[in-house]
Amino acid sequence: MPAKRPARPRRRPPTRKKRTVRTNLTAYGFLCAALFCFALFAWWPMIRQIIMSFQETNLVDEPKWVGLDNFRTVVEDPAFGQAWKNTFVFSGLALLCGYLIPFTVAIVLNELRHARAYLRFVVYLPVMLPPIVSVLLFKWFYDPGPGLFNAVLDGVGLPTLQWLDSTDTALISLVIVSTWMNMGAGVLIYLAALQNIPGELYEAAELDGAGIFKRIWNVTIPQTRLILLLMLMLQIVATMQVFIEPYMLTEGGPENATVTVAYLMYQYAFRFGGNYGAGSALGVMLMIVLLVVAAVQLRLTRDEKR
Amino acid sequence: MKPRNLAIFLTAGLVMTTAACGGDKDSDAGGDVTITVACQPAKTAAKQREAWNADVAAFEKAHPGVKVKSTDQQPCFDPKTFAAKLAGGQMETVFMVPVTNYADVIAKGQAKDITASTGLVKNFGDIKQDVRDMLTKDGKVYGVPNVSYSVGLVYNRAVFEKAGLDPDAPPKTWDEVRAAAKKIAGLGDGYVGFGEYGGGGTGGWHFAQAIFSRGGEMVVDGKAAFNSPEGKAVLQTLHDMRFEDKSTGSKLNIGWESLMQQMAAGKTGMMLGAPDVVTDVVQKFQGKKDDYGIAAIPEGKASLTGGEAYMINPEASAAETKAGLQWIDFQFNTPGKGRHDYARGKANGEAVGVPNNDYMGDSPTGQKIAEDRKANAVLPVEYYQPYVEGSKSVEFKLEPEKAQEIYAVLDVAMSAVLTRENADIDKLLADAESKANAILAKS
Repeated sequence: MPAKRPARPRRRPPTRKKRTVRTNLTAYGFLCAALFCFALFAWWPMIRQIIMSFQETNLVDEPKWVGLDNFRTVVEDPAFGQAWKNTFVFSGLALLCGYLIPFTVAIVLNELRHARAYLRFVVYLPVMLPPIVSVLLFKWFYDPGPGLFNAVLDGVGLPTLQWLDSTDTALISLVIVSTWMNMGAGVLIYLAALQNIPGELYEAAELDGAGIFKRIWNVTIPQTRLILLLMLMLQIVATMQVFIEPYMLTEGGPENATVTVAYLMYQYAFRFGGNYGAGSALGVMLMIVLLVVAAVQLRLTRDEKR
Repeated sequence: MKPRNLAIFLTAGLVMTTAACGGDKDSDAGGDVTITVACQPAKTAAKQREAWNADVAAFEKAHPGVKVKSTDQQPCFDPKTFAAKLAGGQMETVFMVPVTNYADVIAKGQAKDITASTGLVKNFGDIKQDVRDMLTKDGKVYGVPNVSYSVGLVYNRAVFEKAGLDPDAPPKTWDEVRAAAKKIAGLGDGYVGFGEYGGGGTGGWHFAQAIFSRGGEMVVDGKAAFNSPEGKAVLQTLHDMRFEDKSTGSKLNIGWESLMQQMAAGKTGMMLGAPDVVTDVVQKFQGKKDDYGIAAIPEGKASLTGGEAYMINPEASAAETKAGLQWIDFQFNTPGKGRHDYARGKANGEAVGVPNNDYMGDSPTGQKIAEDRKANAVLPVEYYQPYVEGSKSVEFKLEPEKAQEIYAVLDVAMSAVLTRENADIDKLLADAESKANAILAKS
């Protein structure tokens, strides 16, 4: 008869403290990986940018501290004022179009009973195209010779336009591209918000005799206000950094009519003989403006929640 | 894997990956040496790439102990990534730099001093002195030129004939250019008499070409000199061609390729350009090879030169530098080999024949290269004779200081006269002058 194996001492269950430490370690492990990525790819470049804005550097030799020289260079540039003006005008127009149109389209889609999925897909389709493809597509649309837009205008007997090749129409042409490219994402977000509004509210409003506009004003907008505020901030931040459109379509021209702050930064860093310091100084200025916008928005949202 | 272990694994992996990125460069010790060389043709140019690879194999066979690794970044030289590549230790041992950037790269210490090693390039002494001088600073040599040309007038002979102009007598003055452009535009239906750039740095670059041709200057004694009668004449002529004659078309061409694409489409009469424009129009953009001719630059007071050179990474060891210069000698400076193997180029369907490289001048090597090119020509070389003959008396001008920045400044003036009928030329030039002077003051 085999000897009876001695019973293994029973493992005591971990104490509550140990369990907490283990759970937290897992959480901290994941957090560390995320923080490391953010630090390496977002925060460190931002810190480097602030440092470089006070330096003269070619990224090879030892950088030289130059105080506020880079900021002075940028501010004295005749294109500086024009770039800010263009950026604000672009942002204003892009907000007007990129806010109003997607919201209206979302309301219309929400009201539809048929083909909603198909139309949602069609509206979202441009977002799935790589931005470069959309921009190149519009480059052809805008061609003053064989371009689509002028062919249509000519076809219906209207005078043709110079689109990107005129100081009068170049910036608005970029706004049209930007709106077309980004509308789909906005529509989907607004649509999701609209679908969360309880149907009883509309029924009650209808019983009170509210027409469509009163329903939108008194039910839809108040119920989606938080999303609208969030999207407003995101759109301001995105449109103020507009770069792809002027870079691909106009290179800032004609006559600096489409130079934006982000494009001017690129020019300093990569066109004007690698003046990374001046480009960084401009980037710091843009960052400060965007921080102010974000702070105002956060304040507004906080007040709204209260 | 448990979530905790996964998290620790991910974090550790990221840290180790980053640490690995900062590794040291291989030691110089040892007999064998490996060099990286830029400008391998892209995969889309299969025959040219195959020829390059064959050259690499032949070079390695002729130089035992040397291993060559090619990079195919296109374009070969990209100012946007140049400094970052160099700082990040990613720059090739042998890299190409266009003439517009020679001064900048040398001034920033981004090229190696090769003064003591130029003997490794056997035909170095046959390269034109003025071309070599562009790469010499304070008596030190920083690169080996392998392309040099001057700008002329590229024109479409078929369009000339259609407009009733004589393709064998291309315009010699700007007045003749304007008159010919007006006639061509008169053909209607999308015909453009004279194509011009208005942005992306190319506008200012063509302004420089035009002002030199009229005898004007861009920069004198470190100050902008283009706000002059010649500069005004450049802008006024373009403005009048655009709005009075309507002979420049209404499209603001931006970027180097846009105007050549327009030229290749066969409805544009003329443009300023170096002979390599014809190569690209025919080879890259499918223009008809018998349609294009080249003449000397109108007025012909002077012409802007262009070209490129190969330089050595400042971090290269002595052995790498030696191997790099041997590669430059083999691939770019030997008649009948590498770039100058015109028989192979012809067999590969390249547009051989354009007089697009005069860096060796009339030296024995230069003559041999010109003979080879002519013997293997697939393009009608007689159509380029007006350029070859006319350019003999033209003074060559170098790029101005801070060329790229000043070209970007002048883009504004060029785009203005090509898009706005009431453009104030005096004000445009004065504004550009003040901005250019601010840039030059920082030199």
